[in-house]
Amino acid sequence: MSGPSTYNPKSGFEKWIDQRLPLPRLMHDTMHTFPTPRNLNIWYTFGGILTFCLAVQIVTGIVLAMHYVANADLAFNSVENIMRNVNYGWLIRYIHANGASMFFLAVYIHMFRGLYYGSYKNPRELIWIIGVLIYLLMMATAFFGYVLPWGQMSFWGATVITNLFSAIPVVGDHIATWLWGDFAVGDATLNRFFSLHYLLPFIIAGVVGLHIWALHVPGNNNPLGIDVKSPQDTVPFHPYYTVKDAFYLVLFVILFAVFVFYAPNFFGNPDNYQPANPLVTPPDIVPEWYLLPFYAMLRSIPNKLMGVIVMGGAIVTLVFIPWLDTSRVRSCRFRPTMKWLFWFFAGACVILGYCGAKPVDAAFAGIPLVWVARLATAYYFAFFWLLMPIIGLIETPKKLPASIAQSVLGDSAAAPAE
Amino acid sequence: MAATTSDAGTRRDFLYVASGAMGAVGVAAAAWPFIDQMNPSSAALAAGTTEVDISTIQPGQQVIFKFRGHPLFVRRRTPKEIEESKAVPVSALPDPLAENANLAANAEATDANRATKPEWLVLIGVCTHLGCTPTVSTPQMPQGEYGGWLCHCHGSQYDTAGRIRKGPAPRNLDIPVYTFLSDTKIKVG
Repeated sequence: MSGPSTYNPKSGFEKWIDQRLPLPRLMHDTMHTFPTPRNLNIWYTFGGILTFCLAVQIVTGIVLAMHYVANADLAFNSVENIMRNVNYGWLIRYIHANGASMFFLAVYIHMFRGLYYGSYKNPRELIWIIGVLIYLLMMATAFFGYVLPWGQMSFWGATVITNLFSAIPVVGDHIATWLWGDFAVGDATLNRFFSLHYLLPFIIAGVVGLHIWALHVPGNNNPLGIDVKSPQDTVPFHPYYTVKDAFYLVLFVILFAVFVFYAPNFFGNPDNYQPANPLVTPPDIVPEWYLLPFYAMLRSIPNKLMGVIVMGGAIVTLVFIPWLDTSRVRSCRFRPTMKWLFWFFAGACVILGYCGAKPVDAAFAGIPLVWVARLATAYYFAFFWLLMPIIGLIETPKKLPASIAQSVLGDSAAAPAE
Repeated sequence: MAATTSDAGTRRDFLYVASGAMGAVGVAAAAWPFIDQMNPSSAALAAGTTEVDISTIQPGQQVIFKFRGHPLFVRRRTPKEIEESKAVPVSALPDPLAENANLAANAEATDANRATKPEWLVLIGVCTHLGCTPTVSTPQMPQGEYGGWLCHCHGSQYDTAGRIRKGPAPRNLDIPVYTFLSDTKIKVG
């Protein structure tokens, strides 16, 4: 995709195919000879890991749908049937449920990686924006999926999230009713959520295709954040990065398996093993861990519409990052101030997650958590809308290496480009 | 010949605009059934009415019934709770409207407008913030500062007339249409 194709069909059959459907050529150029910066580190293996996660969720999900019943009276028991009676049903459901958490763990590492090394900057803006779209689709899919077991958390999570739309002035209540298909979350809601939960992963797979396509135009960013200048700076994708991706994928799958086999309910909430009851809200309703920071933002604002706007704004903000960052240097390795602000930002996200997990009136060392969450929310927005544009202009970056090859191999080994 | 050429151009332009406009209208018309199918069906709309028996409810107690898929709170207030509610000036309330479907939309949120019979408070038990069911406050287990209800989801607090006093909820708890059929029976809806 970048540069002329180096595919050279050998057998007559390969030539015949290549003239009619050049799919082997596409695979050869994108997954075999594709020139990749030679200095990619462990954090660059998460793209492959995420593709694996999506595949696992789709395969286990298709199997679960063979046994699940999307009906408000039967859904809970059909999930219990999967857990108790279906052959290996327990395994497939635990892979699917923990797979969602592993998927988000990987996507957060992937996103923070992009943020740290400036992978959203020119010319990779669209890769980043398509990535934000994938993240949004993932959150929607995970939310729909969490509703399906029709336990207490499923039901009340669905109630709270769909009620977010009722904050919209004038038409909000109509939108909520339209989403429910009734005057409350019920059977109609469950059925449409199941339909969408089955559909969206395939949409995600399509958008991932666009993500990779857009990536293969400029090629990978790298930890130095400098452009590839000569063939010396790169190695072919195969075998160098196929092996590296495979090795870290194995480590990731080991972690995955530890949760599936030794702590399958670690990420779950015990309340969701109670069937949905529209008359009783559980005392502490919390979303899944990967949505907690946004939930904390929502709760920290004492006004319904403003709370929803802030929460939505936190995600919409991500789209604008490529233009909010005014620095000419991509990687935080060479940005002494931004590096610290980045880690404060990561800390603010963790603090927000902690606040979101605690009851609404909880305190830490005498400080009400709602104020901690407000402070962290303020930093979240200040980081993107104030610090990123300003620091980019006033910060003096460290000296960039002349090339990737020079940085990796040292001055003597790297011959001049011309 | 020149006239024929320009005539041909005009005809193609006409067909282009006409078929384009027709196509847009057609797509919009075809989209509507696919959007509207998500709205409540007529079966869901015909939710009807519910009669509830309140003879067993003691003063200071709340019983939850089910009404159109939502919890329905029926609370028998103690004289102390009624007095506390009456003592609050409407100007001090975040939502000064009664939100009572039995009254005009602009009725004030006085205690009398919230409970026709002061002893009986009938409410839709859905927090006006994000739809959780608030927990009732009792002298034994107080919930929040106002003696009414506390919504545990996001911390909204309601007083003994179900009016929002603190927290993110924008409106008082809704009061459905209801009538007393007798001293012990209410028809809701």
